[in-house]
Amino acid sequence: MKQWPALITGLLFGAGLALSGMTDPAKVLGFLDIAGEWIPDLAFVMGGALVVTLGATPLILGRARPLLADAFRLPVNKTIDAQLVVGGVIFGIGWGLWGYCPGPAMASLAYGEPTTLMFVAAMLVGMWLDGKLKLVTSRVED
Amino acid sequence: MEIYLTPIAGGILIGLASMTLLATLGRIAGISGIVWGAIAGPDRDWRLLFLVGLVAGGSLVHTLTGLPLPESPSAPPIIAVIAGLLVGMGTRMGSGCTSGHGVCGIGRLSLRSTVATSAFMLAGVITVFVVRHLLGGFE
Repeated sequence: MKQWPALITGLLFGAGLALSGMTDPAKVLGFLDIAGEWIPDLAFVMGGALVVTLGATPLILGRARPLLADAFRLPVNKTIDAQLVVGGVIFGIGWGLWGYCPGPAMASLAYGEPTTLMFVAAMLVGMWLDGKLKLVTSRVED
Repeated sequence: MEIYLTPIAGGILIGLASMTLLATLGRIAGISGIVWGAIAGPDRDWRLLFLVGLVAGGSLVHTLTGLPLPESPSAPPIIAVIAGLLVGMGTRMGSGCTSGHGVCGIGRLSLRSTVATSAFMLAGVITVFVVRHLLGGFE
């Protein structure tokens, strides 16, 4: 069971999402609604999280390897392309429609709302669909 | 300032969780990637464990603190389906979401993640503006 920290960190992450109010779509949509009654909470959540990650990331990555694994597994792609931006825009539209990004959607599953289950099921279909689209376009390019 | 105590504390907790995962297993806490990886693999074990913890951690906070459960949006359920589809497609196409790009990516000063975060923030703001102020909301 070398993977046990995943359970603990998932638990902490979910607790952070719930405590911060990010599992409340009204607060998330209120943050994105800069022309209405703006709710600044999400800025404080991002700020709190970034203070930790900006400070700790260089210290952690300065070590030769992680405590319980052979190597750090970081994204290697550094190109800024259309996929990155278009994907971000499509995600942002979905985020702005319902107020869930993937983390809060998953953490909210325990709240037992049927619409949350529908959102997550559709999200999985969307992920699968994008993989299919990539297959089709790569075949066309060949 | 007191009313922002829980957003700040929750944000710090999210940051600590991400950094603990990086320090122990050497992995990035990007939820969209973890969700898809838990289904499609490879290395499904740690991802499934993380997701079990994520779901449990959310409800644990409400049980322990008595914080009321948030209400779901009052928009029609079809919007949840459309939004979910877009979130799923977009996060996989753009290789990440609020956690992977926004918290971890910017945290390690990745230009790619900063561009992605700007793109989805801006798209989210425009979407809410169109829905609430041009269309008058879903209700």
